[in-house]
Amino acid sequence: MKAAAKLEAAPRAERGAAMKPPRERPRADYDLVVIGASLGGVAALRHLLAALPAAFPAAIAIVQHRRHDADSPLPQLLGAVSLLPVREPRDRERLEPGVVYLGPAGYHLLVEPGWLTLSVEGPVSWARPSIDVLFESAADAYRRRVVAVLLTGSSEDGAAGVAAVARRGGLTVVEDPGSAHSPVSPAAALQRTKVRHVLPLEGIGALLCGMVKVGAER
Amino acid sequence: MESDERSVLAASGHTARRRPPTGEPRVTAVSVPVIADAEGADVVDDLEELELDLLLTGIARRWGYDFRGYSPASLRRRVRKAMHNEGVRSLSALQERVLHRPEALQRFITALSVNVTGMFRDPQVYRALRRQVLPMLRTYPFVRIWHAGCSTGEEVYSMAILLHEEGLLERCRIYATDLSDDLLQRARRGVFPLRDMQEHTAAYHRAGGKGDFSTYYIADHQSAILRDELRRHLVFSQHNLVSDSSFNEFQLILCRNVLIYFSEPLRERVHRLFYDSLVNFGILALGIRESMRFTPFADRYEPLVESLGLYRRVR
Repeated sequence: MKAAAKLEAAPRAERGAAMKPPRERPRADYDLVVIGASLGGVAALRHLLAALPAAFPAAIAIVQHRRHDADSPLPQLLGAVSLLPVREPRDRERLEPGVVYLGPAGYHLLVEPGWLTLSVEGPVSWARPSIDVLFESAADAYRRRVVAVLLTGSSEDGAAGVAAVARRGGLTVVEDPGSAHSPVSPAAALQRTKVRHVLPLEGIGALLCGMVKVGAER
Repeated sequence: MESDERSVLAASGHTARRRPPTGEPRVTAVSVPVIADAEGADVVDDLEELELDLLLTGIARRWGYDFRGYSPASLRRRVRKAMHNEGVRSLSALQERVLHRPEALQRFITALSVNVTGMFRDPQVYRALRRQVLPMLRTYPFVRIWHAGCSTGEEVYSMAILLHEEGLLERCRIYATDLSDDLLQRARRGVFPLRDMQEHTAAYHRAGGKGDFSTYYIADHQSAILRDELRRHLVFSQHNLVSDSSFNEFQLILCRNVLIYFSEPLRERVHRLFYDSLVNFGILALGIRESMRFTPFADRYEPLVESLGLYRRVR
């Protein structure tokens, strides 16, 4: 409760920018969507984020493999096509529904119940940020209330993360290797885990949008 | 707040399905590759949770090193890595080893500390320190700097070089502390792999370095040995942010990417410690992705460069 009170003290403009009126936001079955991508991911993410409505009911955390330099245009590239605000979080930033959090360059992005933390420990599968680190921490913190989406990619990073989410009862979604820009990551995940949905990009967008409708009918 | 989250989880049903322990052979989360049914996974994960709790409690009581205030998500990763390093298959086996052998404890502490560092890491921070912080330090006849969580020391030596170039090193003392004796020993030596020097040199120039970086070290076949002049004003010593108190008053405290591994009560404790150890108008340098905003001390500081995690104590 204390942390919530602290957040009240955050500058008003900043909170206002991040939050849509809560009454319009339907309640969903899932609190968090984690998305991972590497090679070909920027185009795929732009496609996917463009499909999501402003009233999206869950928080979204994304790891896209990226170079170490801090001033990359990735947040702007994604923000330009999305109705949802896109942010590179600071350590301890609270998760809010309808906000897209993008793992900053050079840091792992981890999920705790209700907020995000960062870490500079060594690369995992040669990547920092690593998709496995995001997915595994999300599986630990959100269990059945997380959706993990693994998109196009050229490494095996993400496969262990999808397995962890499945093991904890979360919903797993993998881009169809047949239509993905790079099939290596999706195929690695499918080989390792019985994944719930294997879909082309359009199908993944529709599935996530469906979460809104499911929520609204309640 | 955490308890709210727990109750959400409980409502989703997983705690209700916890089964009492049976006489079945023990399994651990790491030895099970993939379990299709989530119910079984919860039992395994709850067991791992219990083992982790016992391990950390054991270490705290046996050795006085308390890791229970660390943030669970990254702690779990590093404890699994420690298990892997030791070649043991369960946390209980790791506990047996760490409780009985001091050298295994030292290895565990080193595995838990995230020793990712580099000369002039985040060069833009050093540019800001040079332009905005050093002029303020110059107004003091004697300057004390605390670098908390110094790891293998690269950033401490970077600071010494910066102070040297601004003609301030002679009246400064940098207290560099870390939890790990092993890392401190390496830091004290000031010997770094020669192959990293190209990268360090590039960072030095991006940080606004004014000279020839190669004059700061002596190279042999594989190593770069930093010059004694830089070392003269450094004091390396062990300090545990979890349990130790303040030991001096400082004009500048650097603690970059350390508090990100601590959970709430411990972070508060350390922020209290820093606040109490800073002179009024002293500077606190956090990591560039850390923010004072999410701490109870936010109103005691004003941002110097918010985007770089630089703050000034104002009350």
